[in-house]
This record gives sequence, C-alpha cells and structure tokens, in this order.
Amino acid sequence: MDLQTLWFIIITFLFIGFFVLEGFDFGVGILLPFISRDDRQRRTIINTIGPFWDGNEVWLITATSGMFAAFPDWYATLFSALYLPVLMMLVALIFRGVAFEFRSKRDNPAWRSFWDWSIFGGSVVPALLWGIALANFIRGVPVDGSMHYTGGLLNLLNPYALLCGITATLIFTLHGAIFLTLKTTGVLQERAMNFAKKLWAPATLLCILFMAYTTIETDLFRHLGVNPGIIPVFSVLALISVLFLLQKNAAGWAFAMTSVAIAFSTITIFMGLYPRLLVSSLNPAWSLTIYNSSSSAYSLGLVSVVALVFLPIIIMYQGWSYWVFRQRVTGDSELEY
Amino acid sequence: MDTLFLARAQFAFTSIFHFFFIPLTLGLSIFTAILETAYVKTGKEKYKQLTKFWGHLFLINFAVGVVTGIVMEFQFGMSWSEYARFVGDIFGVPLAIETLLAFFVESTFLGIWIFGWERLPKTLHAASIWIVAFGSTMSAFWILVANSFMQSPTGYTMAAGASRPELVDIMALIFNPHVWQQFPHVLAGGIVTAGFFVIGISAWHLMRKGTNRNGYETSLKFGAIFAFIGTVVVILAGHSQMQHLLKTQPMKVAAAEALWESENPASFSLFTIGDEEGLKDVFSIRVPKLLSFLAYNSFEGEVRGIKNLQKEYEVQYGPGNYMPSIVTSYWSFRVMAGAGTLMLLIALLALYKVIRESYTFSPVTGALLFWSILLPWLANSSGWLLAEMGRQPWLVFGLLKTENGLSPVSVVSRGEMMISLAVFVMLYAALAVTDFLLMKKYAVAGIESGE
Repeated sequence: MDLQTLWFIIITFLFIGFFVLEGFDFGVGILLPFISRDDRQRRTIINTIGPFWDGNEVWLITATSGMFAAFPDWYATLFSALYLPVLMMLVALIFRGVAFEFRSKRDNPAWRSFWDWSIFGGSVVPALLWGIALANFIRGVPVDGSMHYTGGLLNLLNPYALLCGITATLIFTLHGAIFLTLKTTGVLQERAMNFAKKLWAPATLLCILFMAYTTIETDLFRHLGVNPGIIPVFSVLALISVLFLLQKNAAGWAFAMTSVAIAFSTITIFMGLYPRLLVSSLNPAWSLTIYNSSSSAYSLGLVSVVALVFLPIIIMYQGWSYWVFRQRVTGDSELEY
Repeated sequence: MDTLFLARAQFAFTSIFHFFFIPLTLGLSIFTAILETAYVKTGKEKYKQLTKFWGHLFLINFAVGVVTGIVMEFQFGMSWSEYARFVGDIFGVPLAIETLLAFFVESTFLGIWIFGWERLPKTLHAASIWIVAFGSTMSAFWILVANSFMQSPTGYTMAAGASRPELVDIMALIFNPHVWQQFPHVLAGGIVTAGFFVIGISAWHLMRKGTNRNGYETSLKFGAIFAFIGTVVVILAGHSQMQHLLKTQPMKVAAAEALWESENPASFSLFTIGDEEGLKDVFSIRVPKLLSFLAYNSFEGEVRGIKNLQKEYEVQYGPGNYMPSIVTSYWSFRVMAGAGTLMLLIALLALYKVIRESYTFSPVTGALLFWSILLPWLANSSGWLLAEMGRQPWLVFGLLKTENGLSPVSVVSRGEMMISLAVFVMLYAALAVTDFLLMKKYAVAGIESGE
C-alpha cells in the first residue's frame, strides 16, 4: 500500500470519528428544543454531551489539517470552492461552541433560549452542510484542469446533495436520540425513546432512497476504484435493525447500530471515491486524486508516523473520558451548564 | 477595496481577534493548575475557591479562543488557496501534528476537568488541568513552527522549475532558530497576560475592601510573580529576537526603526514622524549609537537601512517593492516595547507591594494595577502586527509574495470576500462584547461566586 492510500484511509477514519461522535452531539443539539419542557431538563440534555462535544469536534479539525498536510490541493480546492457554505458552517460552530459556555452564565430566560437555539442551529447547519459536501465529492463539481472550481453556490445545491444533507441530518438526529436514551432517566429518557422510534422510519427510508439515487446519479457502483460490495447493504441493515433493538429496549445495541450505519455509509462514499478526492464534473481527467494532489513522500511518511502513533493514544484517552462520565445525567445531579 | 485587500483585512482581523484570547488561555491555564495543585497539596478550601474563581474566567475566555481557532484552520483553504497549495507540503505538517498532539489533548481533558470535580480523585483532577495547560502550550509551539516557516523558511528544498517547495528535514523545521526565538517570547507573553489579568482583578477587589481579602491577596501574590517573571523573560526574549531578525529579516528591523539609510553606528529613534512616500524623516528624536548597541551589544556596527535593503532585494529577487508599511511597523514596535517597559515597572510595583505585604493601595496605585490589565493585550496585538506586517510583501519570506497566495478571483469573488469579512466583523464584535460582559460579571462577583 502506498502512502497516499494510507492517508486516504486515515482521513476516512477521521471523518468516521467525526460523524459518529459529533453526529450524536449534533443530534442532541437538534433535539434540545423539542425534547425538553423546562430549564432543568435542557441543562440535563446539554450535560449529556457537555464533557465530550469539544473533544469530538477536534475529529473534524484533525481531518481538515490532515487534508492540508497530506493532500494540499484537495484542501485548497475544496474550501475555496465551498467558500460560503464553509463560512456558514464556521458561524454555526462558533455559535454552538460559545453557547455551551455562555448559556448558564445568566439566569435570564431570553438569554438561555437564545443560546439553546444557537445550539440547535449550530448542530443542524453543520450536519446538513457536511451531508451536502460529501455528496458533491462523489457526484462531481465543476473543477477545471488547473484544479480550480468554476461553479457557483447553486452547483452545490442539487437535489442529490440536498437529499444526502437531509438524510445525514436525520440519521444524526436518530443517533442523538438513542444516545439520550442511554444518558438520561425518567421522562426525558421516555421522550428520547419516542423520538428515536419516530425518527427511525424516515431516516431509514431516506437512507435507502439515497443509496438508490447514488446508483443513478454517480459512478460509485460502476467505478473502477474499489467496489464497496456489501458494505452499503450492511449500513442499511444496521439501520433497519435499530427499530427492533429499540423495541426490545436494547438501546445500547441500537446506538452501536446507528454508529455502524454512519461508519459504513462514510466508508461506502470514500471507497467509491478512491483514488479520487474530488470528482470533476467537467472532465474525469481533471478530478483531484490522491496522487495528483498529494504532498511529497517525505511529508506523507512523517505525518503517517505521527498519526499512527497518536490516534490509538487519542482513542484511549477519549475512551477513558467516556468511561469517567458513563453514568446517566439526572435532574438531581450537579449540573454545570 | 480589491479582493487582496479584503482577504488580508479578514485574515488580520480574525487572527488578531483569535490572539486576544490565546495568551490568556496559555497563562491562565498554568495559573489555575498551580492553584489547584496548591489545593491538592495543602487541602485548604481557600485554594479550591481560587481555582474555581480563576477557572471560571479561564473557561469563558477559552470558549472564544477555541471557536475563533477553528476559523483559522479553514481560512488558509478558503481565502488563500494558492498559498495552501504552495506550502501544504511543509506548513500542513506542523498543523496536522498540532491537532493530533495538542488540540485533542486540550479539548478532551478540558471536558474532563470541567465536569470531573465530583467524579475524579483530587490528584487526577488537578492533573487534567495540567494536561490542558500542556496541550495549550504544545499547540502554541506547533503553530509557531508553522508560522516560523513563513518568517524564515528552513528544512525545505525547491527544485528548479518546481511549483512548490518540499519538506526535506523536519528537524530543521522544528529547530528553525526563529521558532526558538518566538516560542519563549509568546509563552512568556501568555504568562504576562495572565499575571496582569490576575493583578488587575485582585487589586480592584482589594480596593473595594469586601470579603475574601485573603483570597485576593494570595491571588495578587501569585499574579505579581507571574507578571514579573513573565515580563523579564518576554523582554529578554524580545531583545534576542530582534538581534536574530537583523540577520534573517533585516527589512523588518529597519522598518520597525524607520531607519531609511544604513548607519554605522546606528541611532535609535525615540519618536519619528516620517514621510513614507519620500522615504525620509519629517521630524525625529534619536539617541546616537543606541540601535547599534541594541543590535550588537556594542556601540559600533552597521544596521542596514530601508533604502539599502530595497536595492539589495531588487538585485536578489528582481524588480518590485520590498518595503512593508513603515508606519505600521514603526508604531506597532513602539507600542509593544513601550507597553513592555510599562509592564516591567508595574510588575515591580506589584512585587514590592507583595513583598511588603501592604495590600491597601492609594487610589493611584490601585488604578495603575487595575488598568495594567490592558497592557499585555496592547503588546500582544502590536507584536503580531509587527511580525506579520513587517514580513510584507512576502507571505513566505523569499519564496512567495502575499499577492500570489490569494484564492483566484474566479473561485472566490470580491462579493464573497465582502460577505465573509462583514460576517466576521459583526459576529466577532458581538462575541467580544458578550465575552467582556460575562468576564466582567464573574470577575466582579468575585471568589464567593466560584462555588
């Protein structure tokens, strides 16, 4: 395996980490206004992700810096092409990030409500935008022979990408609802369970629809790169199993299955891309690939060593933090936010 | 306003704003960690209260530092795509290492620290804030490794006709002398910022003669030590850095001094009103030989002037304007060094009060100690202004000019740049006001609010 392929796998892994972990943060944030009845409940909900959200968000930052280091042209082309969507995502993440810290600092209900809606907006916007972005990677965007984007904002907002955005948002919301059933008690837990059961059908249907649309809209299943084979099927099956697991009150397993569904969907998309990074809709030869966009062997080797040594350590201490805060958050516990 | 101007304005604005929060994060994380260690060692409730009080202020500050840092991570690709393509092979490496080694550690353990008071043994809880402090410091280090490459590139090779330089020696990148000049300067800057922050707020409470005097006296004691040690290191490191820049970026030094012609021995400008078009002084008060002394520790020695360097660079790099904005460089240097001198005096004053254990201040002393909070911010921002503006017209010194790093106008239009600049200005202004008001609220509420 060459270093470019290794880095392609590392970045896929970083995106899986981002979508699985930050996915439930986004889901919890999206559900926040709808699942709570009073301030105490809102604080309980926020505290379920309180210790984790910042560490989870770093998966995105690391994926981004990994793109910069390993595939500078991908980083450069992508973020200049997605200028306004990235701006929107940044604004959303800024609101969400400070909201966690700011909301509890004043008692005023209007103040708290403002930051609660910031958490909602700051969760739904990045979820939607990353869905849209990922779909455009494989569908193709107008990139010319010098790796410059020639399209506008409307090129990105095609029905296929929008479907992916909505699907991703729904799956994250389902993922977050199941997380809440694992981290709360009593009435909140019941409500989260009801939300999860209600969200299941649309999320699964849209996921299947998206996979079907993918066969028409992209070359993902015809492409020469790597055939994802039955991985997308597993992804759908995992999602289908969620309802049965929820009905059997096996929320832990249901959470594992939404994680699998998110991870396998991400793998499907990246396998379909490989060895491309960004498909050019103008000319297949102009697509950005892991070879024409990569850093030198020396730099790739260097960051590979750092990533392969430190990712296991990161997983260990992040895992430990989940272990430290494994208890359910109840309304009686000491609430931080 | 063309796109180049807009992109530069946006980068300057977002990075200076980001760096409003970073030095305090650096210094206050260490400060909080020391207080919590004192709590673990002595078991005194007082230290726990202090940890919580200063920790609260640390967190309010930290939140804005983090979210504005995310912007930096994407901005190179958004507005400076050609820069990103050009330097990704080198510049991307320390950025990736920073996220893997530092950012993860900092964010994960901060979550553990905030929520872990009841869940973790005391020692482990104190260890987690030390890990946060270590993570912040490491983060600053790797970012400075990246920045130093722009100031004074090392460890790369650029083949004839190649489109970009490539990294060949990571050790040369890390041990770039510029890193080891700048890192102590920035880290000490963080200690200073926290020191005066603590001094100012403690002095304000001590003037008010409220409750918890003992807590503020202890804080002032720690703060004075922080401020004093930090200021001495920051001045020494800054002095050493200037001497280093004479060798690597002489134009930056000449601009900071508004030294038009080479001089031997060179005089130091105390106050100059210059004519940037005509490249001459309108009015200037100068101390003979002092610049040579600052540069070489001797009253002899040539310091090259702006005009001479311009000619040298024209020979070396071809026709063009190699002069940064002299006004900006000159005045940002004076503001930084002036604030530094004032800080040294005020740190000495605070230390004197602490040693004498006299915690009742005259109104003038109290006001001095309180308003000194602002000085580190002035120095931090003007210092970076000098570092980055003084590097112009280069984006990567000697390799890439700023105008060539910009995203093509066909990709990111002027309108898009205007939208993003407007969004950032409005959003950051709102954040600044909110953050300031919350800080003020908690600082005024005092130690008893920490619980």
